[in-house]
Formats: sequence, C-alpha cells, structure tokens
Amino acid sequence: MFYSKEEALGQAELESLQSRRLIETVRRVYDNAPFYKAKFDEAGIKPADITSAADLNRLPFTTKQDLRDNYPYGLFAAPMSEIVRIHASSGTTGKMTVVGYTKNDIEMWAALIARCLVMAGATKNDVIHNCYGYGLFTGGLGMHYGTEKLGATVIPVSAGNSRRQIKIMQDFGSTILTCTPSYALNLAETMREMGISPEQLKLKAGIFGAEPWSENMRRDIEKMWGIDALDIYGLSEIMGPGVACECMEKHGLHVFEDHFMPEIIDSKTGKPLPDGESGELVFTTITKEGIPLIRYRTRDITRIIPGKCACGRTFRRIERLSGRTDDMLIIRGVNVFPSEIEMVLMSVEGVEPHYRIIVDRAEHGMDTMEVQVEVSDRLFSDEIKVLEALSTRIEKEIHSVLGVAVTVKMVEPRSIPRSEGKAKRIIDKRKI
Amino acid sequence: MKVMQLSVFLENREGRLAEAVGLVAEAGINIRALSLAETADFGVIRMIVDTPDKAITALKAKSIIVKTTDVIAVEVEDKPGGLKKVLDVFHSQGINIEYMYACVEKNNSNAVMLLRVENPEAALEKVKDKVKILKAEEVYEI
Repeated sequence: MFYSKEEALGQAELESLQSRRLIETVRRVYDNAPFYKAKFDEAGIKPADITSAADLNRLPFTTKQDLRDNYPYGLFAAPMSEIVRIHASSGTTGKMTVVGYTKNDIEMWAALIARCLVMAGATKNDVIHNCYGYGLFTGGLGMHYGTEKLGATVIPVSAGNSRRQIKIMQDFGSTILTCTPSYALNLAETMREMGISPEQLKLKAGIFGAEPWSENMRRDIEKMWGIDALDIYGLSEIMGPGVACECMEKHGLHVFEDHFMPEIIDSKTGKPLPDGESGELVFTTITKEGIPLIRYRTRDITRIIPGKCACGRTFRRIERLSGRTDDMLIIRGVNVFPSEIEMVLMSVEGVEPHYRIIVDRAEHGMDTMEVQVEVSDRLFSDEIKVLEALSTRIEKEIHSVLGVAVTVKMVEPRSIPRSEGKAKRIIDKRKI
Repeated sequence: MKVMQLSVFLENREGRLAEAVGLVAEAGINIRALSLAETADFGVIRMIVDTPDKAITALKAKSIIVKTTDVIAVEVEDKPGGLKKVLDVFHSQGINIEYMYACVEKNNSNAVMLLRVENPEAALEKVKDKVKILKAEEVYEI
C-alpha cells in the first residue's frame, strides 16, 4: 500500500519529472533569490544551461554557512506574503538556520509525512502518538500535519513526563509512536517500571528519527514494545522529517526523489560518487517554494543502496547514516556544535579555554552531555554555594543557547589533557 | 587577630584527599584544623596550617588551586552550652556565621573554633570584648 502513485514511478518517468522540476527550481531561485543569482553568475551558469536532471552536478553547492551568512531570510525565494510558517534549527541567535514554508510547501511536507506513516502501515483509523517537540523544531509540527493529511488521529503530546505518556497511550489507544529512538527506549523502561506490558497497549509501529541509531537499538525497541520500528530522516534545511523513510523491508530509507534529488559526493573533492559508494549526502529540493536549496551539503555520511526494494517503491534508498563530516553532535534530537558551547563558556568571566564535552547514553536511556570546566584561580571560591551557582549559571546559559540540557562539572586545573594542535574536546561514549 | 585559612579545590574521587594532604605532609607542614565540604562532583578542603605560605607554595607547585580566606579563632569552654554562649554573642551582634569547624587540639582546657563570617574585621571589633579571640600565631602553635 502506497500513499501516492509517484512512489512507484518508472525510471524514465521519474527522470522526466525531476528534469522538469529541476529546471523550474533553478529558474525560480535565479529570479527570486539574489544569493543564488550571484552564486550562479559567479560559477558562470545561466538557468538556460540546465536542461535536464543530468545537469544537476554542474550547479554550485550550498552550505550551512551560506544560510548563516544570510540569516535569517536571505535565501528565501518567495516573498514574505507567501510564507506561512517559519522553523529554525538550534544554535546561537546569530547562527540559527531559519527556513520558511509557503502554503504549498506545508501541503507537500504533510503529504510526504503521510507517505511515511503509510510505510509504517498507518491508515486513517490509526492514532499517532507524537512525542516530537513542537515549536521551532520541525519534528512536532511536521509529523502533526502529515497525520492530519492522512486523516489519522494525532495526539500532540510532545516530549516529557514519561508516565503520563504511557497512561495516554493506554487510555487513548495510540497505535503508532513517533519520537527519537532513545526516547522510545526511555518510554519502554517507564512502561516496564509501571508494570505495563506491551500487550496492554495497541501500539503496532513506530517511526523514529532526529538522531543516529543502530540495528541493535532497533532490535531492542522492537522487542521491548512488540512493534515494527522504522527509521525516518530529514533536516530542517531541506524540509524537516520525511525527506526519506524506511518501509517495512527495513533495509534503507527511500528518498522521496520526486521532491528531493539526492547525490553522494566525495566530501573533499566535491565529485559525485556512484551508487553504492559511501560519501557525503547532498540534496537539491525540486518542488520547494519558500527556501529551495541547490545541492545542499548535509555533512551526513551514507551511501545509496543499489538495486530494487521488495516493497515495490522505486525511489532509491540511503543507508542508515554512519557519521558526519563535521563535529556536529546530535543530542536528544538537537544539533549541537561544540563551538557554540565554547562561545558560552568563553562569555563567562574567569572560565579558562580548557573544557571537555562528554556525551553518553545509558542503556535504554537518553543522551547525556557533561561539560567539564577547569576551575581557575579566578573561578574558585571557598564557598560551595558560589561554585554551585556558577555551574548552574553555565548550565542555564548553555540550555538557553543550545536548547538542550547539560550538566556542568567543575574539575581540577590541568586535569583535562592538553593536546598538540587540535584539541580533542569531544568524548562520545555512546554505543549507537 | 584574623587567622589565614587555606581553601583547596579537589575533585570528588577516590584517593584525591589523601594525595593533597600528602603534599602538605611531605613539605613538613602541620595541619591545625581541617574541614571538608563536599558535593557530588567536588570538594573544598578548608584548613589551618602552621606555615601557610609554605603550604601554598607546595600546593601550587602541583597545580592545585588554593585560596586564602580570613577566619576568626575563638575559644569555647569545653562543657555543655559552651558553644551556644559564643554563638549567642555573634548572634546578638547581628553577625551571620557562614561556616565553622574545630581545631584538632585544645588551647589550655578550652576548645578552639574557627568561624567564617562575611566581614571578619568588623565582626572582631564587635565581639572582641565578649569572647576570647586567639591570634593567628596562637592557633598555629596550639
């Protein structure tokens, strides 16, 4: 069962659709986004040069830095009168990446989420328990609109208060769970603690994303909940969740190629790689109006799985993400750049530039992030309450900037190993 | 009349306290009083030693953070109600005591308490005629 007929398009039909949409997109960004006009002019490319999908790799790349440099609306290709919603990814105010959606964009996004839900076996009779956060983060509202589009019932419960979540699942008859995979494990533990068994719930599937996870985690989640667990991929720059999603074959995520053209490139040379080879994932949006992006470098590392999928969908599949080409961390679904933590630390008087970030994930638990800060002569106080107030203050500042809770630990001077050259500041102990 | 107290920052992990105290011992420094305030992550040792400057040099040489704070040393009668009597004097003068601890040895037959107050200078002026205050040298030599 597919949500839309495009999911089974033949190769030739898909290519002709992509060609038409790519040509339109290139024309749209050239005419409406001065950033792209300048970029194309600099590369010596005219919209008329792009005549088919095969010309894609002649276009220049777009990076996250481009979005930051043109904060907030610099890459929008539609006037604000057409923009009906804004989302933004975490980061310091000046560094947030801001995206805008037209009415058509919201409709398209909802339809793609509906495809994902159908992949998980959903119909309009299902009750979607949506624990993704609502707000600037794309997860909550993205899932929400897709559920309504499908005609299923959405419970906009958002994250937090695990015991209440389980009670709602039980009382409201939730059938599909949507959240981060680590939160799914966390909720499963809570369910166990409450003495409730999966048989007492109606849950049958879950769509999990916004952070990296593994086959081992899938096995744990499926066993603990007695459900099918599917991986969903997305990023706010491209749209939000629903850029790609797994089907019940659970072997790679189908990229919705009628809306997003994927490429795998060598991140050093920028050269496209053939299907099957691992490299950096790059997307070009070919239907978006608010903020279409040309060859956007995701910094995510994966490969395109060659061959056909048994489910009958013809869209190519990407493998689970295996890493990043930069030092971005994903903590409980929030993108965290160590440089942002450093900025907060350096804004606190007396904090030395020696710090370390320890990321961990307890078994079946959520990600934790500890920021170790060396106590300096200037920071040290004889009074415990002063030291505690200082670490609380840093915790609050980091939380407000990054949108993710951390614990700050004061450590002794010179206890953080010094290194030659680039300091090893991140210790990621998560076994994903 | 003030006594110099050394405060040392230590991470809360096994053996760390012994290491720090060991450094002081190696330098031939005698600890006259010591208290330890701790949280889950770290601790602060507060101590009075016979030769503070020597102790500071020894600790700093090992990159240990040490800070000095002025405290007041008072004699307390070693009998029920002895401490209460002293504290009542401070209370009646409106002086808030942030923390206090005791010396290892007695002075004559009296116990010696070390008190940290916000403004030791002003506090001493208010209480010096009402309680027995010890000089720094007296504390070091107990």
